[in-house]
Amino acid sequence: MSGLIIEGVTKKFGNVTAVEDVNLHFKTGEMICFLGPSGCGKTTLLRMIAGLEEPTQGSISFEGKDLTRVPVHQRDIGMVFQSFALFPHLSVGENITYAMRIRGHSRSEREDRAKELLDMMHLPGVADRRISQLSGGQRQRVAIARALALNPQIFLLDEPMSALDANLREAMQIELRKLQQELGITTVVVTHDQTEAMTMADEIVVMGRARVLQTGSPMEIYKKPVDKFVAGFIGTSNLLPAKMSGENAVRVGSAELRVEHGAVGQPAGTDVLLMTRPEEVFVRPIGASAPANAVTGKVSFVRDIGATIEILVDCDGHEVISVLTPKDWPDVRIGDAVTVEMPAGACTVLAA
Amino acid sequence: MQEGTRLTRSIGLIPSSVMIGIFFMVPFVLILLTSVSVPTADGDYQLGFSLEHFDRFASWFYIERALFSAGLCALIALLSLLIAFPFTYMLTQFGPRSQTVWLIYILAQLSLSEVLIAFSWQILLSRTGGIANILVWVGLAEKSFSMAPSAGAVLAALVYLAVPFSVLLLYPALSRLDRSLTEAARTLGASPLRTFFTVVVPVTRPAIISGGVTIFVLTLGAIIVPQVLGKPEHWTLSVLITDQAIFNFNMPFASALAVVLLVISASVIYGVTKFFGGKS
Repeated sequence: MSGLIIEGVTKKFGNVTAVEDVNLHFKTGEMICFLGPSGCGKTTLLRMIAGLEEPTQGSISFEGKDLTRVPVHQRDIGMVFQSFALFPHLSVGENITYAMRIRGHSRSEREDRAKELLDMMHLPGVADRRISQLSGGQRQRVAIARALALNPQIFLLDEPMSALDANLREAMQIELRKLQQELGITTVVVTHDQTEAMTMADEIVVMGRARVLQTGSPMEIYKKPVDKFVAGFIGTSNLLPAKMSGENAVRVGSAELRVEHGAVGQPAGTDVLLMTRPEEVFVRPIGASAPANAVTGKVSFVRDIGATIEILVDCDGHEVISVLTPKDWPDVRIGDAVTVEMPAGACTVLAA
Repeated sequence: MQEGTRLTRSIGLIPSSVMIGIFFMVPFVLILLTSVSVPTADGDYQLGFSLEHFDRFASWFYIERALFSAGLCALIALLSLLIAFPFTYMLTQFGPRSQTVWLIYILAQLSLSEVLIAFSWQILLSRTGGIANILVWVGLAEKSFSMAPSAGAVLAALVYLAVPFSVLLLYPALSRLDRSLTEAARTLGASPLRTFFTVVVPVTRPAIISGGVTIFVLTLGAIIVPQVLGKPEHWTLSVLITDQAIFNFNMPFASALAVVLLVISASVIYGVTKFFGGKS
């Protein structure tokens, strides 16, 4: 089978299980993000793909070749470390062509490749500099260039943006994604930043407590999270306690709402959570034509930041956020009683 | 504000400066003065200026001794680093608990005095003692023989003395070595051995250089091992200094030799740090 396949992989450090029974299958040339809070096992999983850790159980293969017992230096990978791990005793050019030196490429070949890679990373003319003379952003580019010098089959990045400041981070996310698409290289990025994952990934693997919680495209995960942990981790979500009241309906307080997604079809009376995204719920003043599929509440805060307006509504002690553009502004003030419309297509039922 | 902190900083340096001044500079000046003193009629010496003791040093016998001492100590520094570096590197790969146990064990080795080590090696290398008999027993030698006194015996014992020091001198740099550097080298296709030579050694080079210099200077001062385990032709400059000072009561000449030894140490430290130690 082609692609990157992780089968039944478990990793234990003593009594601690860092990764438990992970099964994943990715297509060649995809960009994959392992997303999760710190300590969820995402870095350990990445290190097992690299060969820096050996799985306690299970196997990892790429393009049909079993890599599980192949030593790191014989796997065809390029890796960018969180600290970048650039060699302080070598110049920028020597860092980039370290892998070529190990494989015995000639000096002129190495110099040409270093120049080519530095041009590709928009860093021309720094080949002779010391690593200590580079800024954080430049170091990251050098680390990427070094990992790609020998055109590896798998490109691994461990929290590559964490050492950069916020502005640079967003620009680099886009640049890295473009570079990856240009090269068509199978890439795995570990991150705890959901925006990063949403920006770059074809496939997101959400991890928590050593397990894979959900795999899917960024939009699948955003629109249809499987549980409240994933919902809370990806984007902002409104969670309201509810009870199933029919096949496709829940009751929130006195309001009954139709729902289309999630764990529908549970027996009536089951405690569930009703999840909505802030941009899919609409606040309207009470008295105007009462919308179907709505709950009522009281405006507790309005945050107008120009491009968008956030309205916080207190619904029976639970906070619901609605994000609107100024043209949809319902003209409500703090303390106003309002209805919050939650269209059936925007409602997802999650296990409580 | 700036001046105030500078002043307080200077005040803080006074006790240590006074200590170094009294306990190091004063004896050093006394040695310098003694080395250029002039003899009196009754065989004693007095303040003055004469280079006759340095003149006496400038004979092949003493120059050869000085070169031998420097060469021997350089070899010891090299051998002990060759043994200690891979060992220390492996030590830093262990868990923190076993690292502590090993470090305590190595520190304990340092508490053994040079005298004890010299005589232990003398027994080990003797005809009736350990090693030669083991060689006979495994069939590598026909009959037992004595390995000391010899240059090899001096070398072995001094390397033995220097290895724990080398480990302790290398440990800080190796334990601070960022593990992701070696991992990066591995992902770039370097085997563990190539990683060791292309990353671990060059990154810790400053510590290797300063460790080597320290071992060199340390063993240059050894006086017991060369006497106990070496023939007179294996005696180092330090042994000759002791000889002159204690047995010949020739303080001016002993001082002159000490000054020469000091010059050798200082120029080695200067030369090595200048040519190899500077962070490139």
